[in-house]
Amino acid sequence: MDFGPFLFLATLEGLVQAAVLCLIALGLSLVFGVMRVVNVAHGEFYMLGAVLAWWITGWFAGNPAIGFVAAIIIGPLLVGVIAYFVERLILRKVEYDPEATIVATIGILYIVQQLVLITFGPDARPVDTPFYFLIEFPWFGYSGYKLLVICAAIMLLLAVWYVITRTRLGLVMRATQYDRETAQNFGIAVNQVYAIVFATGAGLAAVAAVLIVPIQQAHYLMGRDPLLLSFIVVIIGGLGSIRGTLVAALIIGLSDGIISVFFSPTLAKMVSTLLVAMVLVFKPEGLFGSRSQL
Amino acid sequence: MKLSIENLNSFYGSVQVLRELTLHVNTGEVLCLLGRNGAGKTTILKSIMGLVEHNGSIMLGDCEISGLGAHEIPRKGIGYVPQGRRLFAELTVKENLQIGMLIKGEDSHSLDRIFKLFPVLKERLKQESGTLSGGEQQMLAMARALCLQPGVLLLDEPTEGLMPSMIASIRDVVLKLREQGVGILLVEQRIDAVLPVANRVAFIENGYVKAEMERDELANEPDLMRHYVGI
Repeated sequence: MDFGPFLFLATLEGLVQAAVLCLIALGLSLVFGVMRVVNVAHGEFYMLGAVLAWWITGWFAGNPAIGFVAAIIIGPLLVGVIAYFVERLILRKVEYDPEATIVATIGILYIVQQLVLITFGPDARPVDTPFYFLIEFPWFGYSGYKLLVICAAIMLLLAVWYVITRTRLGLVMRATQYDRETAQNFGIAVNQVYAIVFATGAGLAAVAAVLIVPIQQAHYLMGRDPLLLSFIVVIIGGLGSIRGTLVAALIIGLSDGIISVFFSPTLAKMVSTLLVAMVLVFKPEGLFGSRSQL
Repeated sequence: MKLSIENLNSFYGSVQVLRELTLHVNTGEVLCLLGRNGAGKTTILKSIMGLVEHNGSIMLGDCEISGLGAHEIPRKGIGYVPQGRRLFAELTVKENLQIGMLIKGEDSHSLDRIFKLFPVLKERLKQESGTLSGGEQQMLAMARALCLQPGVLLLDEPTEGLMPSMIASIRDVVLKLREQGVGILLVEQRIDAVLPVANRVAFIENGYVKAEMERDELANEPDLMRHYVGI
């Protein structure tokens, strides 16, 4: 294949990765932006979404599309409910103290991981693609499902942006983010907002997992890499910034996709890490970060 | 609506800041709290709003609000303008007012009432509140609290850092609110700015109410002013 088509293919692969990464990182960024909680267990909610997707699609033999639709509705909902109770039972008890929440979420990480291992076993679990068709380009055919993943991620991002900037819930979330105490003075139940945000963040990671699991496989250790990449994205983009998360996910996803195809995945990770280091040195608040911004 | 505080003790951790404090604010009355820095004036307001650990009784009308969650207290009819305004600086003027209207709901009638008191805000609706001048920010902070349609308003140093013309505007608004029957608990360092609107004053020192009197009686007590306020 010539260089041009090869670059195009690598870009498409990078866009798929960026789309999924953007959803995961957005959840992480939302939780930190509003609650100031660094959720180390975020990758495990992603993993849980993938494993639940495999489990739920197993209920529907026959048409894989039906199982997939059920998984993308039920999976993130279940993960969101679990995260809601994690917030109420653990994070609220430590009063969202920054150090305590890091330790607590590390604990949650291992609990979720080991529970999944005990319940579903150590094997990697494949999930059927809900549909299979190729988009024919002049040089190669490309998976229609992967393009759907990109479109779904864009739609979800737009939906999140709309909720945050145009709805009453979004206004309440932003007010809570900017000044928790003053928000309470206007009747905002801050703890309730935190629970909703934490569940939403975990739910977004789970949606990303359900979207990606027909391409990769569900496995109890799959949460680690996306967590690291998400931290890279939110540090580069600026913690709490939706715009920054989007731009950084595109940078990391595309560079990862293209460099991995032309050189090696290891070099791609080195470039990502170098980018983070440069941002931390020259613009520690991130490319689009400010004191407190969604 | 009457605000009654009885035997209030407030704490920051293990440090007791207010001690057996008793105060009343009647309907349509301005009670001005005077005292030096660190006397506990702001803590009184924060205790009423449920932001500081405390015990004792705080009644709003017939309703005991001590022990309620901080987010439940404004629902009972108390508006609070904190020291330093505490606007949501990244939000627009309109969004700040929308936050104020979360409890009562948005309606054009109450917005008109707000804009009658603070006409300049109507021209600044789309502006980020952090970019307003100090006086405009203070007006927005008061307007936001008034969106709650409170029976009692707590004002913490509303004239801080304002030029004289703005102070006069704030004073006029306080007078209008008083005429409308709103009870106002006012903390202020600038005695000259607030005395004209106060009905009564209370001197606070080390978390105690040391003296309480009608404003007109103050002229006969120069020693009190010198001792508790330093003028």
